[in-house]
Amino acid sequence: MNTFNSKIPAGALHEKWDNYKANAKLVNPNNKRKFKIIVVGTGLAGASAAATLAELGYQVDAFTFHDSPRRAHSIAAQGGINAAKNYQGDGDSINRLFQDTIKGGDFRSREANVHRLAQVSVDIIDQMVAQGVPFAREYGGLLDNRSFGGAQVSRTFYARGQTGQQLLIGAYQQMARQVGLGGVRLFNRTELIDTVTIDGRCAGIVVRDLLTGEIQSHAAHAVVLATGGYGNVFFLSTNAMNCNVTAAWRAHRRGALFANPCYTQIHPTCIPQADETQSKLTLMSESLRNDGRVWVPKRADDNRPADQIPEDERDYFLERLYPSYGNLAPRDISSRAAKRLVDKGQGIGPLKNGVNLDFSAAIDRLGREVVEERYGNLFQMYERIAGEDPYKTPMRIYPATHYTMGGLWVDYELMTTIPGLYAAGEANFSDHGANRLGASALMQGLADGYFVLPYTISNQLSTLLGKSIPGTDHPAFKQAEAEASARYNGYLAVKGKRSPDWFHRELGKIIWNECGMERTREGLQQALTDLPALYEEFKTDLRVTGTGDSTNQTLEKAGRVDDFFQLGMAMCQDALTREESCGAHFRSEYQTDEGEAQRNDEEFCHVAAWEWTGDAMKPKRHTEDLVFESIHLATRSYK
Amino acid sequence: MSHLKNLTLKVWRQSGPTDTGHFENYTIDEISDEASFLEMLDVLNESLINENKEAVVFDHDCREGICGTCSLMINGVAHGPQKATTTCQLHMRTFKSGDTIVIEPWRATAFPIIKDLMVDRSAFDRIIESGGFITAATGGAPDANLIPIPKPVADAAMDSAACIGCGACVAACPNGAASLFTAAKISHLNFLPQGQSERFKRTEAMVETMDEYFGSCTNHGECSAACPKEISIDVIALMNKDYRASKFKNRKELSR
Repeated sequence: MNTFNSKIPAGALHEKWDNYKANAKLVNPNNKRKFKIIVVGTGLAGASAAATLAELGYQVDAFTFHDSPRRAHSIAAQGGINAAKNYQGDGDSINRLFQDTIKGGDFRSREANVHRLAQVSVDIIDQMVAQGVPFAREYGGLLDNRSFGGAQVSRTFYARGQTGQQLLIGAYQQMARQVGLGGVRLFNRTELIDTVTIDGRCAGIVVRDLLTGEIQSHAAHAVVLATGGYGNVFFLSTNAMNCNVTAAWRAHRRGALFANPCYTQIHPTCIPQADETQSKLTLMSESLRNDGRVWVPKRADDNRPADQIPEDERDYFLERLYPSYGNLAPRDISSRAAKRLVDKGQGIGPLKNGVNLDFSAAIDRLGREVVEERYGNLFQMYERIAGEDPYKTPMRIYPATHYTMGGLWVDYELMTTIPGLYAAGEANFSDHGANRLGASALMQGLADGYFVLPYTISNQLSTLLGKSIPGTDHPAFKQAEAEASARYNGYLAVKGKRSPDWFHRELGKIIWNECGMERTREGLQQALTDLPALYEEFKTDLRVTGTGDSTNQTLEKAGRVDDFFQLGMAMCQDALTREESCGAHFRSEYQTDEGEAQRNDEEFCHVAAWEWTGDAMKPKRHTEDLVFESIHLATRSYK
Repeated sequence: MSHLKNLTLKVWRQSGPTDTGHFENYTIDEISDEASFLEMLDVLNESLINENKEAVVFDHDCREGICGTCSLMINGVAHGPQKATTTCQLHMRTFKSGDTIVIEPWRATAFPIIKDLMVDRSAFDRIIESGGFITAATGGAPDANLIPIPKPVADAAMDSAACIGCGACVAACPNGAASLFTAAKISHLNFLPQGQSERFKRTEAMVETMDEYFGSCTNHGECSAACPKEISIDVIALMNKDYRASKFKNRKELSR
């Protein structure tokens, strides 16, 4: 497994995708129905892939652990989706979106993948409008845009503060149509707990019915994992409560390499933690930074209410530090700036753990009505959670884990290192490098599902035509089922004293402190001592009440926390071995005199892809060199 | 931040679909008023596990009021006492020390109870599968700005599309009807120019699928009052109008 091929097509950058499509092997329409494709996860990437593959004529089985596909966490994305439409005539182009994304990712992503993403971005908007997504419009009836962090053009399409919801419902409806037509078989409340590889090809999956505990296998010609990111390893994150790494991690344990696990994004604008019972953090869309100004009091011990602090005693630190991007500086940069001031004691709020996001200037300039129109539902959400009215007092915000750029390693075809197993959306690592720009997650999820996988999946499938594939009675499936059932029975049998949530919270503290916004060698080494110790305790002191043969959310959680432990160790090792700062990965040993991330292109201009060796503390590191042909490696500057 | 003390919870426990179910009383000695309602249930579950008892099963996910997974009748009201707020966004500051809080699952024939507070809402998916979409296969869409949509029309479609599919409308309805959910989806798509080709086919199919599972609407208006996204009851009138029209339009198209 030392060599793995990213399969970047030949030709100039802007011709690669066309060249690929022109040369990819196809499957005749009459033969498509002979192939079964499993899609796990029904968020933007999964639902769009399932719908499109079924439209093409493949037999699709779609799996979700939710009660309905419409619940997937794509639904919570607020701000918008990028596309290089240049409807505003403000100088946008495919090339500029490509460059912004590469630069935003701090030159740690693949040029060819990112360029393809920028190319298909325009098709996504057309497709979603045709499906009835009610994007915001101007009075003339044309689509409206706004601007997002890390960009100097307005290329973000939005549907109030609910863009993710509207896009997901669009993709869900398209998939629902296929369910009605019989093209997609839907398995809800069913969780993937293993993947099965036979003769070097992914042969199918093992799932657990969350209502009955029954373990079952499903065989297929190809498997797509669109199972989201792993931000919940931090316990407190903006992810939904059920987001987890299990599907990707189980595939990893079966041979799929896991790339750049340490690239986790901290979002600058979330509501700060209020108390000890807090179960998750809520994001306030980055789009708020279009009109909100971020500031803290200049004096550390200033306890006056915001409206009593005069202008000259406020530090609008993003405007001061990054004048050309101001409040729209990229996420990693804005987050670290906020953290430094809070660490210096300039934080605000009862726990002094936030910074102000102030709309008073925007309300004066635009009027309350316009602000309400743009952000009404976000303001309402804030008021519900924080119990304060953001029209009157500034929002209190602080960074929180939001998105994970790392994920299963995939080639240009989105195939993992296990032939026949694909990863799409946040579950793969491919497009965002070391930092994702705002409004790009929705773009990537839909690009993968609608416009990439349907073209690339036939290349592998065509080689299977006329051949029979192993059924679920194959010994490999039986063995995986037996291992899975032993695993879940094992959690019930420990009968210790601590709940899965307790372990999850403790695990999250270690990861947040040592592998969060700022990392050090000593801290990571400490984490790599603490994590295995806590994991041992998990194995001997876990308590799961109830049984394994009816709905048991405590048992589900135990399995997910188990996988988070192993992932956490991989994250820390990845962060430790990447001896540079890039994007969201900030090692305090490697910074410029001004405190910005200092890359080491000589030694680390590569993807780190980890191989499972059977011991979570001893994964094997492989590298894929990143070659930049059309873009110049430069130091990011948003000043 | 302050704390609430001495809360009594009357929680519906039911071990499975065939169990008759019963109320169980629990006490919460102290909880922060900053805690959300579901975080209060997390605390309860943590203490149940400590006592070696089975945790209360309830549906929840995003805890941001958008995914529609959470439910719960709280003191007889769908999503609890605060208007336009899902259970996950409800915070304990809405309650006071000494309160007794009754917590039940959605109660509707079309939403059978799975366990404790968790119900099966997949009948909603069946309604969408029967026609809640615009047929637009991936690949052939025209430029997004080709068909201008007047802002008020796009806004009205968005108002309907804000539905999160939580099922509060059904739970609040004395008839267990799903008119508000179905009508919200129908009007979202029927308002838009892209939705016109299938307008009457969609309406007929969705209404009739809805009728297979759910009770009939008698215009109580409880649905709209309970809706956490404040979907207007007007959409039901639009649905009924289009349903009536569909009986003529669809027949006319058939005869062509």
